[in-house]
Amino acid sequence: MTKPESEITWKDVDIGGIVTEPGNAVQYKTGEWRSQRPIFDKDKCTKCGLCYLYCPEGCIYQTDDGYFEVDLFYCKGCGICANECPPKASAITMVEEEE
Amino acid sequence: MAKRVGMEVSIAIGEVVKLANADVIAAYPITPQTHIVEHLAELVADGELDAQYIPVESEHSAMSACLGSAAVGARTFTTTAGQGLELMHEVLYIASSMQLPLVMMVANRALSSPLSVWNDQSDAMAVRDTGWIQIFVENGQEVVDNVLCAFHLAGDQRVLLPVMIHLDGFFLTHMVEPILLPEQSEVDNFLPLHQYPLPLHPDKPVTMGTFAPPVVYSEIKKAQEMRLEASKEVILECWKEFGNHFKRYYSPVESYHSEDADTLLLTLGSSSETAMIAIDKMRGEGRKVGLVRIRLWRPFPFEEIRQAVKDAEVLIVLDKAISFGGPGGVVCSEIRSALYNQSKRPKVISFVGGLGGRDISPQGFEEIINKGVEISQKGSEREFEMFGVRE
Amino acid sequence: MAEYITYGKRQVTTDEILTPGHRACVGCGEALAVRLAGKALGRNTIIVTATGCIEIISSQFPYSAWRVPWIHTLFENTAAVASGIEAGLKALIRKGRIAQQGIKVAVMAGDGATNDIGVGALSGALERGHDFVYLCFDNEAYMNTGIQRSSATPLGASTTTSPAGKKSIGQVTWKKDMPAIAVAHNIPYVATACPGYPFDLMSKVEKGANTPGPAYIHILSPCPVGWRCAADLSIEIGRLAVQTGVFPLYEVENGKYKLSVSVAKLRSVEEYFKLQGRFRHLSPEVISQIQNRVTEEWEKLKEKAA
Repeated sequence: MTKPESEITWKDVDIGGIVTEPGNAVQYKTGEWRSQRPIFDKDKCTKCGLCYLYCPEGCIYQTDDGYFEVDLFYCKGCGICANECPPKASAITMVEEEE
Repeated sequence: MAKRVGMEVSIAIGEVVKLANADVIAAYPITPQTHIVEHLAELVADGELDAQYIPVESEHSAMSACLGSAAVGARTFTTTAGQGLELMHEVLYIASSMQLPLVMMVANRALSSPLSVWNDQSDAMAVRDTGWIQIFVENGQEVVDNVLCAFHLAGDQRVLLPVMIHLDGFFLTHMVEPILLPEQSEVDNFLPLHQYPLPLHPDKPVTMGTFAPPVVYSEIKKAQEMRLEASKEVILECWKEFGNHFKRYYSPVESYHSEDADTLLLTLGSSSETAMIAIDKMRGEGRKVGLVRIRLWRPFPFEEIRQAVKDAEVLIVLDKAISFGGPGGVVCSEIRSALYNQSKRPKVISFVGGLGGRDISPQGFEEIINKGVEISQKGSEREFEMFGVRE
Repeated sequence: MAEYITYGKRQVTTDEILTPGHRACVGCGEALAVRLAGKALGRNTIIVTATGCIEIISSQFPYSAWRVPWIHTLFENTAAVASGIEAGLKALIRKGRIAQQGIKVAVMAGDGATNDIGVGALSGALERGHDFVYLCFDNEAYMNTGIQRSSATPLGASTTTSPAGKKSIGQVTWKKDMPAIAVAHNIPYVATACPGYPFDLMSKVEKGANTPGPAYIHILSPCPVGWRCAADLSIEIGRLAVQTGVFPLYEVENGKYKLSVSVAKLRSVEEYFKLQGRFRHLSPEVISQIQNRVTEEWEKLKEKAA
């Protein structure tokens, strides 16, 4: 776990402020931003993979059985996946995030 | 065996960069540094220096290209002057704060407007706060020696900071001076091949140049300050090692006839050598005068300055740059600040002179010293004196 | 997850060099474009980024969303920094200090950093012929600082420094043709791309990265916040920009033009404008002017590609 910025002392700072943990941004829960979330309907999904391609977060993943799921830790609820899912399938719907 | 050559200082600088086996040179020509970049281009074109020569389209890009080159771990050199140094101003802060080691020669030149290609130290003073290690030199030999030391320092893992060498434009760059140029084997013995610890390379990805919210910016800045302060020890060690190799020793502050002096003059750069002639003459007349020269400008040599001036009654500081609407002499105000808390300290008098290439002769230095002593006794309405200006 | 996902005859790597956990706005077209470009570039890349959206959303100390070596310094100098990296690598490889492994140097800079403040450095780097690929992510304004106009802002768009008002239609100048400026430098590869056509984008980035010498790719990056459109439409709007001829997709290889997406009949620009709040104020006269100019430019482009 990366030390949070509010706890970093000047002695913790590496050469020139360099960050040496590539991709440690994965610790940041962007999922807290969303006000709606996508629901994936396996019955309608044709496994075309377009949702995976169009997600700006890169948080949709393919499961072992070839369908697609979203990692809610990151999903911001933009709805692009639902919009891009081919109309013939319409396998993704956006629902309001409960309080 | 080092060979003694009569060489234009600019050319000698090119030769030293070649001896140091620089990897990348990214520079933009500007008077009075042009002979340096031209000679470097020739050395590369003839295959004598194996380096990538990037003929950038501006000084801002010159320093930016140097950042990139240093970030992958290449030994990097550039040179500029006056307006060019100002154009790359924001990039200078990046080099030091991101700890990208590189070496830059600055041919000190006055700042516009009016346009002046001639020497003064305004450009150096304008970049005082940028976080670089900064060294002033007085003659051709010192340039050659300190460029070597600069490469040695910049890449040292305990430092990893960019180093600026200030030399007076025209007064040094275009002078033919006797210089002992070391042999390649001597340089190789002194200057190790450096390895930047965390370069940009796909085998070990790093992220350089993040943005920092207020909650952590100060910590990053303190780390930077401590790094620059800690470099002083490495600088002293480097100069000692240089002296052991080449028998020429350098120190942060140097004195001339100052041991029993009641009046001291303080200068930076090539003016020091002219001032020495005045000191010699006045000593010959029985005056107890001496000269103090600052070589290490950043990190500032507090202890050495305090030690060098402690027994004098009057210290006259000549600044070859002006800070408008303020204390006038930047160096002088730093000296005053360094001495403020000392229980015993000389009266410090500020002179600004030599602007835009205006020569100060040995006679001129005598006048400065005499006028400075007078002001110390009678006081002055002005915060600082501008020397040699026609009223 | 498997290493690749198959799309017809194409395979797309599941490796992400831009990780999730980045702080781009909801529905950011630029983040998607970067993600896709990243797949085309691969891990053997050094990325140089300008100050702007991409830099800010991916590099808040002490976090980084980059799985590849990445450097940001200033706003206007990415092309110069990339030149230094390319030269440094060349020197180190030639002198035997690092191995030759075909490391790619890629620049990611916004339209502000490219078209405006950084145009000088870009021109210099292209002229000197450094081996790198320059990706301009064009969201058509200085979005990161709050939607101020750039020279890439299209005519009639309302931004905070070219606001639509009683005496103004918004941006009063036509979008600066940055790809044409790149072509004028006689570099081997210039292209335009859009995340609405992801396979086209990825193949162009790969092509540009593999082309020896400088390559320039101008990527339209829809911004729901700045363009004032719904977050889920940002990709669709990018496609509309292409289909209306507002942002045609083409390649220029050694000076030879080639259209990437053939549009038999351009859709009307109005269809494109009505989805975006930044064009809401436009009168039918101005829309008609814009339509004429778009059609004119499209015809010119088709002629060049003939």
